[in-house]
Amino acid sequence: MDVTRLDFSQIHPLLLNGSVSCSRIVRDYLKNVNEGFPLNAFISILAEDAQIRAQKIDAKIRQKRAGKLAGLVVAVKDNILVKGIKTTCSSKMLADFVAPYNATVIDCLLKEDAILIGKTNMDEFAMGSSNENSFFGAVKNPIDHTKVPGGSSGGSAAAVASRQAMAALGSDTGGSIRQPAAFCGLVGLKPTYGSVSRYGLIAYASSFDQIGPIARSVEDCAKIFSVIAGHDSRDSTSSTHRYPAQFFSDIAPVSSLKIGVPKQFFSNDIEPDVKRNIESSVEKLRQKGAQIISVSLPHADYSVPAYYIIATAEASSNLARFDGVGYGFRSDEAKDIGNFYAKNRSQGFGEEVKRRILLGTFVLSRGYYERYYRKAQTIRSLIRRDFSAAFQKCDFLITPTSPTTAFPIAARSYDPLAMYLSDVFTVAANLTGLPALSIPCGQDRDGLPVGLQLMAPRFAEPFLFSVAKAVEKFCPSGEIENG
Amino acid sequence: MAEREKKYRVTIGLEAHAQLNTKSKLFCSCPTKFGAPPNTQTCPVCLGLPGALPVLNKKAVESAIKLGLAMKCRIAKESIFARKNYFYPDLPKGYQITQFDRPICESGFLEIKSNGKKKKISIGRIHLEEDAGKSIHNEPFVPSEATLIDLNRCGIPLLEIVTEPELRSPDEAVDFVQRLQQMLRFLQISNANLEQGSLRCDANISVNTANARELSAKTEIKNLNSLKALARALVHEIERQKKLIFSGKVLNSATVLWDDKNQTTRTMRSKETAHDYRYFSEPDLLPLKISADLIKKIESQMPELPSAKIARFLQEYQLTEADAEILTLTPPRADLFEWITKQIGDASLASKWMIQEFLRYENNLFSQKKRTWEIDIAELLTLVKNQKLSWRAAKEIFSEMVVAKKSPHEIMKQKQLFQLSDEAKLEEIIRRIIDENQEALAQYRAGKKPLFHYFVGQIMQKTGGRADPKMANKILRAILDSM
Ligand SMILES: [Zn+2]
Repeated sequence: MDVTRLDFSQIHPLLLNGSVSCSRIVRDYLKNVNEGFPLNAFISILAEDAQIRAQKIDAKIRQKRAGKLAGLVVAVKDNILVKGIKTTCSSKMLADFVAPYNATVIDCLLKEDAILIGKTNMDEFAMGSSNENSFFGAVKNPIDHTKVPGGSSGGSAAAVASRQAMAALGSDTGGSIRQPAAFCGLVGLKPTYGSVSRYGLIAYASSFDQIGPIARSVEDCAKIFSVIAGHDSRDSTSSTHRYPAQFFSDIAPVSSLKIGVPKQFFSNDIEPDVKRNIESSVEKLRQKGAQIISVSLPHADYSVPAYYIIATAEASSNLARFDGVGYGFRSDEAKDIGNFYAKNRSQGFGEEVKRRILLGTFVLSRGYYERYYRKAQTIRSLIRRDFSAAFQKCDFLITPTSPTTAFPIAARSYDPLAMYLSDVFTVAANLTGLPALSIPCGQDRDGLPVGLQLMAPRFAEPFLFSVAKAVEKFCPSGEIENG
Repeated sequence: MAEREKKYRVTIGLEAHAQLNTKSKLFCSCPTKFGAPPNTQTCPVCLGLPGALPVLNKKAVESAIKLGLAMKCRIAKESIFARKNYFYPDLPKGYQITQFDRPICESGFLEIKSNGKKKKISIGRIHLEEDAGKSIHNEPFVPSEATLIDLNRCGIPLLEIVTEPELRSPDEAVDFVQRLQQMLRFLQISNANLEQGSLRCDANISVNTANARELSAKTEIKNLNSLKALARALVHEIERQKKLIFSGKVLNSATVLWDDKNQTTRTMRSKETAHDYRYFSEPDLLPLKISADLIKKIESQMPELPSAKIARFLQEYQLTEADAEILTLTPPRADLFEWITKQIGDASLASKWMIQEFLRYENNLFSQKKRTWEIDIAELLTLVKNQKLSWRAAKEIFSEMVVAKKSPHEIMKQKQLFQLSDEAKLEEIIRRIIDENQEALAQYRAGKKPLFHYFVGQIMQKTGGRADPKMANKILRAILDSM
């Protein structure tokens, strides 16, 4: 039996009844990690830690006191702090930075006996849609090594798709969990803003960032989410909403659903194969009795520009702390204090990061604040209003996750604008703070997965999971050979 | 020149930063104790480490509301924190969390007294912000060309109090700062000590010809760390600006540092090249909502404020207004006065003692840990009241008490300072003195009546000031008249 072919939900009963051990699972996954290095999915591998932990958890299982995620082998995006482990954000700036504390989500996972297997590669400081902007090199798509895995949680998605990890944590600022999940044929959730603590997540854009799970099944995704969601007094934006204890096992009765299809999202340049798959999924839901409603999100066209203005503004400020004073990259060429900052930052950051810092600095600067930043905030509230109006008419929305399937490596790296437009369907959920999930719904003619995005009102994750489970039933994700 | 002297007008605005005396910092639970070894009172939050997030200290908010209420400000129902972005080595996040366009308190006033007249100075705003760290160079233990950084102060809560430009003279400015100090101390929210930096002051000043319609450029003076420095700097700047405007030159706006040692200002930078701080709302903190209930609760806990206390002292203790002002300058002083009055049952004696004798030792006594001296003073004054001790002897005992930390009775015994009110013994002494001063006696009898005081002086000298003055006068007059 190749245990790495099983989902957590499938393997967990076997662990509990003793037919398989954590040590065995970890050994098999580490073997895949060793073989999977051409994908460049990991920055740090925690082989020894994982093995020691596996033994301890095996003992706990025998004593029947193991946590909810006992045996879950999980990879963590390298912008989430794990105490004592390098946390680089895929940047030269933090190439040697060792995290002095655990992110709250890590504490949550460890408390429930998950096993961390490594820190995954990403677009530098989570800025990118292709995972090509990494100081540690691009990540390859496990299904087709000439394609990108999507960004910025590309390493996390590639690790899960190639069975180097059972599941992974990513962070989603403008689609960075959902788009790589879609490109790699996985389930990825961007939770409601505030439902998962951001404490210990290296911020890109604070009012958008949200940590979420990437997994091979809806149920695994839901299980991880139920462990990491919850109020954290160390994060002031953390919500006190209480989710039900058991919410991911029910399949929504499709016949009672009202599905909103936003017309703006289908008038864009969508690849025909993507469009076909999404439409056929919608059609299948309709056949099962769901009501399909066309809804309008009149300001959706402005979501990408509004997103890039606000997100880069926040990023320019969030990344100011990386100055080489207390930690991080320090150039030895500096001559005076102004030069010190300039050298540290111009040599420590990559091109895309610098581009966004400059853009963000510009839109906040005197004379331009009103013209750009303020306007973008206005659009943000208009888009929020669009969505609440839409949710008056329907239970959830369906869109493609991305207008295309995974594109070739280097295809867009010299055209930042084209790259930014790949986020066209995903950024709205970050602008509004709404939960959104990407689930595989078929393949294009080259066998690359197509992602379907479900969006729902705040805190409706339980509902999203049950709808996703229904979609999962008629769209099983294809098997992928280990990269 | 005398004619010209009258024709100018001074406009001063103050920006004061008061350090709140909360136990923990503004956005984390680190202690705020003064004088701890460098970088020992820090955590990921106040160090601005990656992933750390601010959590607002409720006590600091309450302190701000207290001051706002005391100054009759409008308390905002919703107030917003902002980021002020700039690079400095002791600013680890690269921005300071402060309040910008929606501060916690707006439009209040503080009453000052100028040339005996009361005047209301408008308070534009009061807002909360965090302090930055401290750069250390030019100290013997710092290698040349090196800068050491102590981040203990990072995140210490400050209240910024901004006046409207309504102060008309250095005296008014000084009085304002004193009244502010008094208010902060009455509310027990800050030690408000200029010399120790728990109250810091910047002054904006512009001098204009009396008929000028608009204010000319202004100078911002920083580094004013005592009331004397504030007064001197303003006088210096008024003279400098006067010379400029009367010689027809144009004044440029500038920020200067006051050099108290050399009694002069040093230019920091011109306003034209000033920073663009790129303020925007802090996305890591939600808007601060202040409920009517909270305001009500704080209102009900407000201590008696200086003006109310003065009014009560005038009424209850029949003091002069000047005395009442002195006695209510600080809460401990006012409390001590009331306590002593209660103990000895004589407000006029208590007030006379406080003002003439106590104040010179006040700092010394209040800084003592064990406060037994309060009881000693009450005992001492009871002796004076019961004419067991002359004022002069009591003074002597008091100064000994402060130094030797002994009880009045011990010192009295040791120094034999009991008041001489034994009639027979006094008469004997007086007769001896008259005998020894035959010449003076002859002159007195010849009509040189002021010589009476000469005899009184002699009595006091002989008895070491212990003679009961009233009794001595009576006996002396009786003897002289009978001769
Ligand atoms: Zn701290």
